[in-house]
Amino acid sequence: MVSAFAALGDLFKPKSFAGLFGAAPSVALASLALVLGKEGRSYAAIEARSMVAGAVALFVYASWVSWLMMRRKLPALRATLLSIPLWFATAFGLWYVWLGRAR
Amino acid sequence: MIIKVTTASLRQIKWHEFASRFLLGGAITAIAGLIAKKFGPELGGLFLAYPAIFPCSATLVEKHERQKKERLGLHGVVRGKNAASVDSAGAAMGSIGLMIFAVLVWRLIEGHNSWTVLGGAGVSWFAVSFLLWRIRKIVR
Repeated sequence: MVSAFAALGDLFKPKSFAGLFGAAPSVALASLALVLGKEGRSYAAIEARSMVAGAVALFVYASWVSWLMMRRKLPALRATLLSIPLWFATAFGLWYVWLGRAR
Repeated sequence: MIIKVTTASLRQIKWHEFASRFLLGGAITAIAGLIAKKFGPELGGLFLAYPAIFPCSATLVEKHERQKKERLGLHGVVRGKNAASVDSAGAAMGSIGLMIFAVLVWRLIEGHNSWTVLGGAGVSWFAVSFLLWRIRKIVR
């Protein structure tokens, strides 16, 4: 499913539109479909709630990577890999503030 | 701005580039499941929005744009980076759609048919992402 969404993105022009598929819910659909069969709806709902924080982190990450490549002219591999800690910091920070304290 | 469907860029992709995305996608799905199993769904859910194939895809976009320019005898390094940057900006808009996807699944899946909710959330992801993309194009 992940590869299918990636290939779909390769089919479209302009690049800004094709880029939408870089944030397709591919991993989520595959994982949630598996979870629904095994663990049930409540489990899937809890995963989806945490996913909101992950998606906010993806927004911050993708925007930062785009800026690094456009303004600082960093190569794509370096910009994307060096920025992975930003995703972790944002996702876990939000998770702790929003969900961690609520537990 | 007209959206075009083209198979030209698909033909540029080598089998190992498809394979790397396939493996990374499968790996992160499995890792998300393992994290959820070990630490609970609260933590595992974060990884449903992990940028698993993002580095791979951005690198491919940069490489293919650069090669396209170089085939014309031009220097394509800057063009490649700009194309990857624009692609990433698109992903940022898509991630707002992904937030809506997650909120819909979170709020609706317990009270409604699961597959209808997943399907509807998927459609909503695309609708929101597309709308944001159109608005950005109009505003710029």
